[in-house]
Amino acid sequence: MPEPPFDDQGAIAPTGAGGTMDLATEEGGSLEHLPGGPLGTGPEKARSLWSDAWRDLRRNPVFILSALFILFLVTIAIWPSLIASGNPLQCDLAKAQEGSQPGHPFGFNGQGCDVYTRTVYGARTSVTVGVCATLGVALLGCALGGLAGFYGGAPDAVLSRLTDVFFAIPVILGGLVLLSVVQSTTVWPVVGFMVLLGWPQISRIARGSVITAKHNDYVQAARALGASNARMLLRHIAPNAIAPVIVVATIALGTYISLEATLSYLGVGLRPPTVSWGIDISSASPYIRNAPHMLLWPAGALAVTVLAFIMLGDAVRDALDPKLR
Amino acid sequence: MGRYVIRRLLQMIPVFFGATLLIFLMVNVMGDPVQGLCGQRACDPATAAQLRKEFGLDKPVWQQYLTYMGNVFTGDFGTAFNGQPVIELMADAFPVTIRLTLVAIFFEIVIGITLGVITGLRRGRPVDTSVLLLTLVVISVPTFVTGLLLQLLLGVEWGIIKPAVSPAAPLDELIVPGLVLASVSLAYVTRLTRTSIAENARSDYVRTAKAKGLPRRRVITRHLLRNSLIPVVTFIGTDIGALMGGAIVTERIFNIHGVGYQLYQGILRQSTQTVVGFVTVLVLVFLLANLLVDLLYAVLDPRIRYA
Repeated sequence: MPEPPFDDQGAIAPTGAGGTMDLATEEGGSLEHLPGGPLGTGPEKARSLWSDAWRDLRRNPVFILSALFILFLVTIAIWPSLIASGNPLQCDLAKAQEGSQPGHPFGFNGQGCDVYTRTVYGARTSVTVGVCATLGVALLGCALGGLAGFYGGAPDAVLSRLTDVFFAIPVILGGLVLLSVVQSTTVWPVVGFMVLLGWPQISRIARGSVITAKHNDYVQAARALGASNARMLLRHIAPNAIAPVIVVATIALGTYISLEATLSYLGVGLRPPTVSWGIDISSASPYIRNAPHMLLWPAGALAVTVLAFIMLGDAVRDALDPKLR
Repeated sequence: MGRYVIRRLLQMIPVFFGATLLIFLMVNVMGDPVQGLCGQRACDPATAAQLRKEFGLDKPVWQQYLTYMGNVFTGDFGTAFNGQPVIELMADAFPVTIRLTLVAIFFEIVIGITLGVITGLRRGRPVDTSVLLLTLVVISVPTFVTGLLLQLLLGVEWGIIKPAVSPAAPLDELIVPGLVLASVSLAYVTRLTRTSIAENARSDYVRTAKAKGLPRRRVITRHLLRNSLIPVVTFIGTDIGALMGGAIVTERIFNIHGVGYQLYQGILRQSTQTVVGFVTVLVLVFLLANLLVDLLYAVLDPRIRYA
């Protein structure tokens, strides 16, 4: 991990072109440290942006709560049988729309399936959609945005216009058009669609932060030492440009889960027999007046999940943003 | 300034054609438009070939796209599945959705900015914390759930509003749907205004204004607000396109016969012309709104001057 950027910023100001770099760095460094806390001369001076952020996060109750919830969510997404013994597809029509009963705390849905079991099993679908879509968007966005920002010129101009094109298409409309023909019962068409329309958001951010990072002195130094482009990008630029991408991707993960539910409500998202919160909410919506529990439990689970990801992203942003220190 | 406007307009052209081409390709992937005309049954092959020739569907896709765009610029958006010109559908649908969007933007501006200013000036107080929590809840509940719940409570249980909006969609029936449409953006506007106000409240010019002895109200409205609203204006401007596109969900819940309704019908009945026509206009609205935002910058922020 390279040194934090404030050291070389401090170095530029007093020295200019020549001068003794060592002295200047020390001066710049100590000046920077004067206002806040003890003089950074001890071993703790070497703390990176990440270890700093981690120190902040460990003390942040919002972060701890949302991280614990997400951990719980991922656990039940992998092993839903840990807390739900039933089968989400085993239904008894005679019990359709019935309310809470012993052994069935959330009641039954329109087909007489146990709402509790379906809500627990729905976590797997939502987490899969969210995680896969975010990974795809982040990989594609970082690769395209990062390369465009690094090389500049014609590829950059083309990519920027392409991003504008994708931004101009309303997401839900694109979903209706593209997904209305797909007759698949897996999550992959929905994930693919989210990656297709989602990557410009990340690529714009990655591009911007790569452009900021590539002008830093340590990158110029690496270039002067003969580092290859790949080494400069991966070893020096990427670790310093990735923070904003992580923040936006975390928040986006929540919105993808919510988008899946919206698409399912419009009838173009996931399809039964897939068990998902979106499908359950939308199939419960006509009966909302007589049997609101059928809608409220999956909707509540969905809302809490999205909330957890948004709060996690917010906490990470606060920890990574040096302006707020 | 004039040169900047021209440059921006020129930049819009490739984006407009790119986006419409993308939609055109998507719709062509979507399905066979001739099949949509035959209804549920399979088309008679001879009739299908006849229709294909009549609509120019036997030509390659790029040629169809060029013909279509040529027609669009003369005001001809083609015909919908029932033989009605698409432009007539637009004349019915767009006023409704524009009214709905205006109601939503009104709520964003009035409620969002007011809440943002109040919380930004009282950071860390109970008001601030509770409003922030509320915005988080609004953001994390999907719009269609908010809509369904409000419809149930206000429309069905308490009878304050009509659960479904009549086809004419007068303004007073659009208040609650507008609020639902605005809800998520409203929360974002609140948070954005709050951050911006809190950041600027510590700035030198605000301290100077206070030191001059200006009344608090004047410091806030003339000095603080004017500088803090620049990011908010950007957000609201870019949101216009998203609101009109996102209205599809709200319009479905409250049975409003606007753009979203027509698009939904178009997609269900595989009416290529309807879908491409409406999306083309939506893309154009989005691009123009973005241009407007960029130009507003210069008015709001004298530091930005376009050569």
